[in-house]
Amino acid sequence: MTEVQKYSLFLGCVMPNRFPNLEKSIRVVLPRLGVELEDLEGASCCPAPGVIRSFDEPTWLALAARNLALAENAGNDIITGCNGCYGTFKEALGEVRSNPKKLREVRKILKDVGVRFKAKSSAKHVIEVLSEIGPERIRELITLPLSGIRVGVHYGCHLLKPSKNRPWKQTQKHSFLDELVEATGAESVAYKDKDLCCGAGGGVRAGQAALSVDFAREKLDNLIAAGVDCIINVCSFCHLQFELAQPQLNDEAGTQEYQIPVVYYTQLLGLALGIEPDELGLGKHVVDTKPLLARIGG
Amino acid sequence: MNESPLDAIDSEDIDPHFADKLVDAGIGRIRTCIQCGVCSAVCPSGRRTAFRTREIMRKAVLGLKDEVLSSEDLWLCSTCFTCLERCPREIKVTDAIVVMRNMAVEEGYMLPQHRKASKKLLTSGHLVPIDRANRRARRELGLDELPPTTHSDEQALEEVKKVMKKTGFKTLIEGEAKEGA
Ligand code: SF4
Ligand code: SF4
Repeated sequence: MTEVQKYSLFLGCVMPNRFPNLEKSIRVVLPRLGVELEDLEGASCCPAPGVIRSFDEPTWLALAARNLALAENAGNDIITGCNGCYGTFKEALGEVRSNPKKLREVRKILKDVGVRFKAKSSAKHVIEVLSEIGPERIRELITLPLSGIRVGVHYGCHLLKPSKNRPWKQTQKHSFLDELVEATGAESVAYKDKDLCCGAGGGVRAGQAALSVDFAREKLDNLIAAGVDCIINVCSFCHLQFELAQPQLNDEAGTQEYQIPVVYYTQLLGLALGIEPDELGLGKHVVDTKPLLARIGG
Repeated sequence: MNESPLDAIDSEDIDPHFADKLVDAGIGRIRTCIQCGVCSAVCPSGRRTAFRTREIMRKAVLGLKDEVLSSEDLWLCSTCFTCLERCPREIKVTDAIVVMRNMAVEEGYMLPQHRKASKKLLTSGHLVPIDRANRRARRELGLDELPPTTHSDEQALEEVKKVMKKTGFKTLIEGEAKEGA
């Protein structure tokens, strides 16, 4: 049997406050794989690496350290399902571990508000933990193989880069997520510019709406050309981008061209584990998931 | 405002210490930029705008501080890290942009939408706080109506607010805005 592991679940902002359906799927699916999740009570925004780090690095570092400290003091590592939060924690740990002066400054600020911080805990992505469990083990647990489903996999930038501060075997041409997708019985389809950024990060979605949606348009056009049944992503902000950009693009063009269901990996995995779509929050999507669910025959 | 690229650069437009400040902030190799243009060529934002990463890097090395910090180009980067991965000189290009954004904000250049989002962080501990529709969605999904974050912990929110006061974020965001960025 899979050994039980325990983590503090870091939610961030977008997942609990805009896409709680993704949170639900994580809470339902991970325990089935022997991953116990403890709430990280009192956590704040990670804070977002592309905006708050861009505005004021010391604030970004102090708040990131506070979130890490909450997990550390609970005796856990953090697990997060958002690439942005993951990037913040990886980069913040990199900063304080390589720069004793920054660590001292942050510890002082946190001490003043009554929080102890040693930079001892670490942060993992949901996909990292699932990758460690491994596609072989996951394949053994599948009761409803998703054969015939064509998936366009989107990794997202901050899951993979900067590669010097990421745990993956390779620095490019990754396959770990494709392997996890294929473990469900679905097919990961090749498409043009698979590594292209979704366009949401760096404050671009908030500050440069038209530019941001244009990134998503290019990606979606390539996915449509490849004839996928759904997009699989592993980031609440990429998820938001693909969910919200499609109706925006349809409105602009006055057509219904963009209708690709946007599915988070633990939702796909949950379906293959035989969990009801509603239990996985699949009834609460912006882009209708029914065509996909009908193909799966759930 | 920017003049045409063919105009001469006046020496008063040059801050000879600008590149040093970037070096001190962690962009150690910025002076080794050979203007190869790989950063621009791989940039997903440059594909659809006039933003050229290489140009920002050149202006930074030259010390054209005001021109760089007041430019909207700084805010067209999605921080995808592709340039940082691919720069043959291993310059931390994305980090350089982030450092220059910090300097721009300090000078008062900030997009109104970014200031607005920052205010949400100041008051709620979240850049994207809960709303009524998602309270309902959470209930319907069988989750707690409010997530177990600063949203359901007064004391934690006070703590987060205190941190943002200590780092000067509150003053930075609530201070005077300079239009232009
Ligand atoms: S890729 Fe590196 S060396 Fe080449 S222009 Fe950009 S920053 Fe300079
Ligand atoms: S990090 Fe910014 S500048 Fe660099 S390639 Fe990505 S969008 Fe372009």
